[in-house]
Amino acid sequence: MKKNYIYNIGALCLLILFLFISSKVFNSYEIRILNLSAIYIILGLSMNLINGFTGLFSLGHAGFMAIGAYTCAILTMSPDMKEMNFFLKPIVPMLANIQMSFLPAIIISGIISALFGFLIGAPVLRLKDDYLAIATLGFAEIIRVVFTNMQSITNGALGLKGIPAYTNIWWSWGFAIITILFMIFLIKGSYGKAFKAIREDEIAAENMGINLFKHKMLSFGIGAFFAGIGGALLGNLLGTIDPNMFRFLLTFNILLIVVLGGMGSITGTCISAVLVTVLMEALRFLDETINLGFVQIEGIQGLRMVVFSAILMIVIIFYQNGFMGNKEFTWDMFKKKKAAYNVKDVK
Amino acid sequence: MNFEIFIQHLFNGISLGSLYALIAIGYTMVYGILRLINFAHGDIFMIGIYTAFYGTIFTPLPWWLVFILAILFTGLFGIMLEKAVYKPLRNSPRISILISAIGASFLLENLAIVVCGGRPKAFPIPDMFSRVFHFGNVSVLSLTFYIPIITLIILLCLLYFINKTKTGMAMRAVSKDYEAASLMGIDVNKIISITFFIGSSLACTGGLMWGLKFPQITPLIGIMPGLKCFIAAVVGGIGNITGAVVGGFILGLGEIMLVAFLPALTGYRDAFAFVLLILILLIKPTGIMGKNLTEKV
Repeated sequence: MKKNYIYNIGALCLLILFLFISSKVFNSYEIRILNLSAIYIILGLSMNLINGFTGLFSLGHAGFMAIGAYTCAILTMSPDMKEMNFFLKPIVPMLANIQMSFLPAIIISGIISALFGFLIGAPVLRLKDDYLAIATLGFAEIIRVVFTNMQSITNGALGLKGIPAYTNIWWSWGFAIITILFMIFLIKGSYGKAFKAIREDEIAAENMGINLFKHKMLSFGIGAFFAGIGGALLGNLLGTIDPNMFRFLLTFNILLIVVLGGMGSITGTCISAVLVTVLMEALRFLDETINLGFVQIEGIQGLRMVVFSAILMIVIIFYQNGFMGNKEFTWDMFKKKKAAYNVKDVK
Repeated sequence: MNFEIFIQHLFNGISLGSLYALIAIGYTMVYGILRLINFAHGDIFMIGIYTAFYGTIFTPLPWWLVFILAILFTGLFGIMLEKAVYKPLRNSPRISILISAIGASFLLENLAIVVCGGRPKAFPIPDMFSRVFHFGNVSVLSLTFYIPIITLIILLCLLYFINKTKTGMAMRAVSKDYEAASLMGIDVNKIISITFFIGSSLACTGGLMWGLKFPQITPLIGIMPGLKCFIAAVVGGIGNITGAVVGGFILGLGEIMLVAFLPALTGYRDAFAFVLLILILLIKPTGIMGKNLTEKV
């Protein structure tokens, strides 16, 4: 057991070393991919908590992300920048002169997002399966429509531009690591066991004395909190946000990460988040013209997304449990394999 | 607001409502049989519109023949989709199937963008649908009459088909309990295929009329109607065909009247359906005409 801790700390140090080197060596495009990977890890984990561990099929992630991104953007933008953005309709005076540093802004975004999570969760979590899915999807759409129309707070369909680009490798990966650790402790603790019990069988869980409503709300609220943080980091990474960014497609991307990694596996989500982000960029060559020297293949705009969604379909149909199923990565995995080999050798 | 304008809005609401109803029937039938939200339904609708669009442009056939062929083609496409995407997962957890449906919808949209191009195209409108009738000061497009009439005819045919014919009876049996139905000698796969055929051709019929009413088509045209029609099906009570029609009318009329009576809320038009959905789910989760299900332990 003690050895595992040493391994864990070693792996963490390696990661930090890698990040340190990459922040010096990589160009800005590669660094952005690295940032996005971390943000998708946060988002994937927050969705996995709700969908994978608690078994609530929620499709409202884009809505929570929108809340987080807008809150953080408005809190971190300078008053001058706000004045430039809101030229059609001035911003609400209350928000016009607020400017704070990044950390409190992110935390506040998460908290506001979580508050909305509780607000939405209280009525909606009585529903099950498909109904819950469609109700949460509806909620995300409502958020988007409201954001498009609340011109004096969100600048409507024009979106916000010139958001200070605070997000760098240390912020994004710092929050990703905190999220991973938090999730591990949460899932290992009694709350995590209750979540899993609810996922397996609600009625049985209730009979064992688990307060369904409380635990579902907690899972939904924590998920919303981290989704808000992910959204905040994304907004300050891209520097510009508008309501159309937070369409169902975004939720779908995160769902994809969760499913590919395995519903109910923290390590699976982390692996697939990085993999999906890198793959999305790697497939970009499909959109461009390929020059083979003797023949030129004309690139087709949008082919990348077709290939991407086809890969997804194939994985879902033939490989339903994702990379990790609901297992976690442990250092013992290597040991067990070795043990198995030993037995074979003896035979 | 005077009476004439109200009548004008009423006509609009009824025709939009019957469009929603047509597409919602497909949703409700598929859900009744497979217990699956067919997220790709909106994209089947889009496939139907594009088939008809290319049919009228590239073939010399008369428009009505093209429309009928498009409807048949979309029906077959629906069967194909079911075989490829839903059948391999029939015994998997619900969430896998739902994700598969979302994936299929995503794939179809992107494929359509690559094949047909992302730019909006103008849907050709036959003269028959674009005549204008005047009643006093109210002017109404002939299409506005055709849509509800076609919807009603289809609804009556469908009700007859489901309640009176042998296949309809088999369909009802499969939707009750498909294992028991298969033990009774019903070919479940065939019934599911028929359901998908009917559902998809209805989506196409709705799509064609949608194209006539809003003649600008893009590969993403199916998303919003798809979601709204699912909501219509839930509002009416999912699995219930009459309910789907009622839900469609409530949604269509509600949307038009919201814009008509509260112009300040025009921007919130797309949110109306979702607010209605959440309210209905909270008050009566089984929908207006749905039966109460008892929970099995």
